[in-house]
Amino acid sequence: MKLKMLSLSLVTAVSLIFLSGCEMVVFQPQGPVARSIMELINWSLMWMLLVVVVVFGLFGYIVWKYREKPENMGYEPPEEHGSTVLEIVWTAIPILIVIALTIPTVTTLYDLEDVPAGYEEKEPIVIHVTSADWKWIFSYPEEGIETINYVNIPEDTPVLFKLTSAGTMQSFWVPALGGQKYSMNKMETELYLVADNPGSYMGRNTNFNGRGYAQMEFEVLAQTDEEYNAWVKEVKETAPELTEEKYMELLKPTHLGRLTYSNTHLAWINHAEHDSELVTDPEDYRYHGYQGKIFDQEEEKDTTDVENNEEDHGGDHSGH
Amino acid sequence: MGIKWDEILITGDPIILGSQIAILLTTLGIIGGLTYLKKWTWLWREWITTVDHKRIGIMYIVAAVLMFFRGGMDGLMMKAQTSRPEMSFLDAQHYNEVFTAHGVIMILFMAMPFLIGLMNVVIPLQIGARDVAFPQLNALSFWLFFSGAMLFNIAFVVGGAPDAGWTSYFPLAGKEFSPGIGNNYYAISLQIAGLGTLMTGINFIVTILKMRTKGMTLMRMPMFTWTTLITSVIIVAAFPIFTVALALMTFDRLYGTHFFTVAAGGSDMLWANLFWLWGHPEVYIVILPAFGMFSEIISTFSRKQLYGYKSMVVSIVAIAVLSMLVWVHHFYTMGSGALVNSFFSITTMMIAVPTGVKMFNWLFTMRKGRIKMTTAMLWSLAFVPNFVIGGVTGVMLAMGAADYQYHNTLFLVAHFHYVLIPGVVFAVFAGLYYWWPKMFGFMLNEKLGKWHFWLFVIGFNVTFMPMFFLGLNGAVRRAYTFSAESGFAPLFLLSAIGSVILAAGFAVFCYNIYWSIRYADRNISSDPWDARTLEWATASPVQHYNFAKLPEVKSLDAFWYMKKDNEGLTLKDEEIEEIHMPSNSGLPFLMCVAFGIVGFFLIFEWHLLAAISAVLIIAGLIYRSFDYNDGYHIHKDEIKKTEGAWRKMEGKVNNHVS
Repeated sequence: MKLKMLSLSLVTAVSLIFLSGCEMVVFQPQGPVARSIMELINWSLMWMLLVVVVVFGLFGYIVWKYREKPENMGYEPPEEHGSTVLEIVWTAIPILIVIALTIPTVTTLYDLEDVPAGYEEKEPIVIHVTSADWKWIFSYPEEGIETINYVNIPEDTPVLFKLTSAGTMQSFWVPALGGQKYSMNKMETELYLVADNPGSYMGRNTNFNGRGYAQMEFEVLAQTDEEYNAWVKEVKETAPELTEEKYMELLKPTHLGRLTYSNTHLAWINHAEHDSELVTDPEDYRYHGYQGKIFDQEEEKDTTDVENNEEDHGGDHSGH
Repeated sequence: MGIKWDEILITGDPIILGSQIAILLTTLGIIGGLTYLKKWTWLWREWITTVDHKRIGIMYIVAAVLMFFRGGMDGLMMKAQTSRPEMSFLDAQHYNEVFTAHGVIMILFMAMPFLIGLMNVVIPLQIGARDVAFPQLNALSFWLFFSGAMLFNIAFVVGGAPDAGWTSYFPLAGKEFSPGIGNNYYAISLQIAGLGTLMTGINFIVTILKMRTKGMTLMRMPMFTWTTLITSVIIVAAFPIFTVALALMTFDRLYGTHFFTVAAGGSDMLWANLFWLWGHPEVYIVILPAFGMFSEIISTFSRKQLYGYKSMVVSIVAIAVLSMLVWVHHFYTMGSGALVNSFFSITTMMIAVPTGVKMFNWLFTMRKGRIKMTTAMLWSLAFVPNFVIGGVTGVMLAMGAADYQYHNTLFLVAHFHYVLIPGVVFAVFAGLYYWWPKMFGFMLNEKLGKWHFWLFVIGFNVTFMPMFFLGLNGAVRRAYTFSAESGFAPLFLLSAIGSVILAAGFAVFCYNIYWSIRYADRNISSDPWDARTLEWATASPVQHYNFAKLPEVKSLDAFWYMKKDNEGLTLKDEEIEEIHMPSNSGLPFLMCVAFGIVGFFLIFEWHLLAAISAVLIIAGLIYRSFDYNDGYHIHKDEIKKTEGAWRKMEGKVNNHVS
């Protein structure tokens, strides 16, 4: 009786969770990228549910039927070594399921590398994303705008995010609009996203990067074209100018609220470039406990040499 | 050298201060107790210097249970901190240290030693051998593990705990972003413990290949022996990668090289690749022996031979090969491109095939059997549905494109707990209840065992099931808090409640050990489960030479047929011969101390002191090279006496197994 009550309440709890599942962000895609991933997830869920039902059913049946009872204490199980036919069957079926999952996985993987289908005609907006401890910096090179911890985009327009990091490794994720990708110093990764409708979507870092990680969130605000253009215009007219000195201050490990500037830091440094300088200072990361030795980060001479001699760019550094 | 004395102890946090006091009191208590009871010589002679595989196994298991407690407390602290939005029980730094410790301890200092402990106790017995191939090396393995584990465990009170996650990703884990010495602890203590594991791998490969008793061909080996062999092969293949990665990490952190740094041409991606090149096989290192234990237990309590033995062997070999080919699935999101991600999606999903084969073989082992619901069997039964949930979500994560939405979320955390807890923790509990009488000569209480089982399994599901849904709703791992607006609060609270139930299960387990040591019936049969493999063909607890006469094997499930055909169960006086056994040695323990000292100095970057004390290690190696002690012989009279004692009292199966 107790067991029945327990299982009943468990079933209720699980179904409640499932019902609330319809509201989960991954299942509420707001753009074609997230939608294609959700379709893949749903396809896999269907197959996995089938596996669960079959194995659980078989498990319940066998354990119940062959459990030891006072009546069958005299029963001595037969000697049985296996069955080639059955073993081939339960090797072949998983292989078929894996194939059924592989094909859409691979096609989706390739699709996600490009502008989402149906949006090829529209010129994508390029936004450089620089992640730093513990903030997100968005640079619009064409518009000449830089925003911190929020990014405005026009609806129904493909946006190409070019991701890099000023220091630690982060992962850029806007679950309502699409999957995530890492941002790494001296690297550039690319991610296309599109928003179907105007709206505000949560974005965040998912790759642990120290004390400020939990709050490393940003807002994606999708706007109509008019609103977006008006915003760009307003920023150009009213936002303050970012100086190099101020920018270096921003990169220190801090939390910042929203900030807006009418120029971009790309004029001085693009952290995605292989020979960009690491501008963070280990001293800023000191915390409790015994402190170890800090080493010179870059060979200072090397960098200045390259700066003085533009033609040696690239080749000089391959020797590292 | 400039030792900064005031920085050595961590101060300013009440929880850490409490731990410091508790550690001090416990240490004083142990020292006082041993002195008062005059147990120092006993401890030294019987345990610290032992080279007996059974005792080493027991020491591994004791250490693992302690580490389980430590890692579990870390887990509970995390659950308490995230039980409500904006909790301020732990601050961000403390939370980071706690989840790092939880991950490292549970994988490397709980799961690994627990399994290696059971392997140590059981494998030589299962193959009908008197010890492992290299008994003293085995002791060294244990003591190196112990040295590494202790170093890692003191980090949070002395010098500062590692705080970059158990994956310790660069650049965060480098000096550029973690200038404290906390992550030196990670690099050095895992290196020392890893050396021990590598030696264990070599030891068990040789033991299983060279020391099987007469008639035990490879295809007559019990499944646990098979999985241990394959696990040891993976250890030997994968651990050197970790050794190298940790060495490079040590160079980066201690000597300013640039292997993984972002500055001066290092590559943080290289660390991720090397780490998972070891890290993924590591998952199979812990899961395969567990599969082996389930195979033994399911077969014993269904009273049937393991179904599809050959396909089981093929499956574990296939899993071992595939385990080395899937590491990139831990970072599909690094931007390697569609081709690379497709390749690794396919190899990862392929692992589901041999695992599925095993699952069906277990089910069909039980079919037509007579399933006896002992505690050990209940753990094995619960493993099946829970592991299937872990498995299917694993396939979902394997699909590169879908992983872009799951990566680093609590969906992933829920998945790997659904794989590792049913796969490893259920297995070690099952194994412990099953082999406990073999180790100690009495059983664990079955009634308490069932309380332990139900509380643990229900608590586990209540803790981790909500995390799947939290993850799909955008909750990420390793975040020390979340906002009230996120809407995550109810499921986080449910999960926290589950963890309390889980902890209650563990508490019952500890009480069960205490109860059974005090009250359990000592007068039990040497084969209380009516089992099938050779470890049950000798006394419980096993006499130190294991077998007076080495058994001869004619088929799979050798002991089952020995009982059935009434063959080889008795021992005649004229069959008794002198037995050659290895001598005890204090050297492995001294090496543990030496490695501990050198490691500690290296962690604090006191290079001169480290260099000086490294002489101790070299001295130990030299001493060992000139060690010509090749053991001793046990006299016939002693064997006669020992054998007479247990063979006479061969008795009834105890009544609390019902």
